Amino acid sequence: MASTPPELSITRRKARTGERLIVNALFVCAVLSVAVTVGIIAVLLVDTVEFFRESSLFEFLTGTVWAPGQGAGVDGLYGVWPLINGTLMIGVGSIVVGLPLGVLTAIYLSEYASPRVRRVLKPTLEILAGIPTVVVGFFALQFITPDLLRPIFGADRVFIFNAAAGSIAVGLMILPIIASISEDAMRAVPSSLREAAFGLGSTKRQVSLRVVVPAALSGIAASVILAFSRAVGETMAVTIAAGNSPKMTLNYFESIQTLTASIAQTVNGEVAAGTVRYNALFALGMTLFLMTLAMNLISARIVRRYRQVYS
Amino acid sequence: MTAATDALAPSTLRRGASRTGARIALDIVFSVVLFVGTIVGVLALVTLIWTILDNGWERLVADPAAFLTSYVSRFPARAGLKAALVGSAYLMVLTALFCFPVGVGAAVYLEEFAPRNRVTNFVEANIANLAGVPSVVYGLLGLGIFVRFLQMGPSLLAGALTLAVMSLPVIIVAAREAIRAVPQSIRLGAYALGATKWQTVRRQVLPAALPGTMTGTILALSRAIGETAPLLVIGLPIVIFSLPNDLRDPVSALPLLIFDWTSRPQPAFAAAAAAASIVLLALLLAMNAVAIFLRNRYTIRW
Repeated sequence: MASTPPELSITRRKARTGERLIVNALFVCAVLSVAVTVGIIAVLLVDTVEFFRESSLFEFLTGTVWAPGQGAGVDGLYGVWPLINGTLMIGVGSIVVGLPLGVLTAIYLSEYASPRVRRVLKPTLEILAGIPTVVVGFFALQFITPDLLRPIFGADRVFIFNAAAGSIAVGLMILPIIASISEDAMRAVPSSLREAAFGLGSTKRQVSLRVVVPAALSGIAASVILAFSRAVGETMAVTIAAGNSPKMTLNYFESIQTLTASIAQTVNGEVAAGTVRYNALFALGMTLFLMTLAMNLISARIVRRYRQVYS
Repeated sequence: MTAATDALAPSTLRRGASRTGARIALDIVFSVVLFVGTIVGVLALVTLIWTILDNGWERLVADPAAFLTSYVSRFPARAGLKAALVGSAYLMVLTALFCFPVGVGAAVYLEEFAPRNRVTNFVEANIANLAGVPSVVYGLLGLGIFVRFLQMGPSLLAGALTLAVMSLPVIIVAAREAIRAVPQSIRLGAYALGATKWQTVRRQVLPAALPGTMTGTILALSRAIGETAPLLVIGLPIVIFSLPNDLRDPVSALPLLIFDWTSRPQPAFAAAAAAASIVLLALLLAMNAVAIFLRNRYTIRW
């Protein structure tokens, strides 16, 4: 909030030029963040346009084969759907893992845990959120696939690189996001509502499930959309654990490729600038940017529109 | 539960004991489910750390000095972290230098000077959206603008600028919260003594908000230093046998090296990747400890 000094001076003083310069400099700092957005859109747009000059937009939007060629001409297939398919598999899979765990954690922290347990659990979740994604990828490749998925589902069914391991890894990464935003929403529910329910003879479980969770539903929904957006934008864990084979499958034990992993694979392979494949990077980046932007906006809107106002 | 609890429950007066018993049983089941659901996250973290230690500890303690001071190698037993560790340190310092002043400046403007108008609302919405942009997209931004358009190449400067741009929204949000926590009475007191608006901000608000801002900045930096994707996209090298002397020199980074070693088929490289992960986690832990120390030691409770 901007606070204005009380204007009590009787004689009007000239505004100090030095002070005005400083305010202008601060304004430039704030506007720089807008320049970043403009920069992102410009960079993505320029090479995306370049890409579609040589490759067909129709094929990109409808094609079900992603098989980029290496040369300068259009000698590959650039249908984005296998990558969208892989991205959505990871997004949905990680929500399946992260949503129940996150919401259970949030209810526990908000309604059940003693202050002492909270003081231990909250930083633990923060540490989980702070593990670098490349390390989580290593964990998925070295533990989740060989020591968790393969013993349960059989080594012959589970590929070394598979969507399930990627989903579990990303699910663990979004768990703290869902837990902390949902918990904030639950703690914002006024205790008078809880007390009224207790007064009517409800048990703690009934208060949690029938009063607190419904009242916090918009916050939980917002956290899930935000988490989905994070999962879609996650790069390293899925590159390492879920593989690099773009395909139209729904089998979680197979290797897939996400939009982000495809970008990582292309830049890791030292593709020459100016080739179609290189420009395809930016078309993928644009797709990713638009997907996450839409979800972030929806999440922000849900929070704004459905925020229960208790007085 | 027991008959005694049943008898005490008021609803037994009319509804009978069985229903109350079922309710209580369900309550117990529910609290167990909650506890188990919460513990899974904690167990996952413990398992992750145990997996890293189990895979990498031997490699790390076999000859820690050689591991930290050797360059990379085709032979996993001889490969070391030197270039990556130094590169990450340089990147961290430069990133902080770039994004701290701009982030705090933007936060001060938005909290203290910005008029309530459309431009301000737009800037605020924009910052919120930037915080949700995937890191790999920031990499594409760095590749398009710093590496190619400004012709910095895959250099220390381009890497630090990319990480700085990525960290900016996080630092702005943290600094705004710290500034907002300074009570209005401090500002009014300064005005009453004749201070101008900027003098008030400079000498009262900013010093009071500094611990919170520093904490937020360190946390943002610790996230930036663990990032792989943007550095991979702008093309920072992994195999490099020199330390940077200049902003335009190429550098490597710890997460890049971990990614490279993780992708190699030889088990000995997996051990090296785990050992490097231990070093990275220790670094992040140290940064977080400093942040928590600053928060507890210097934050003023009003």
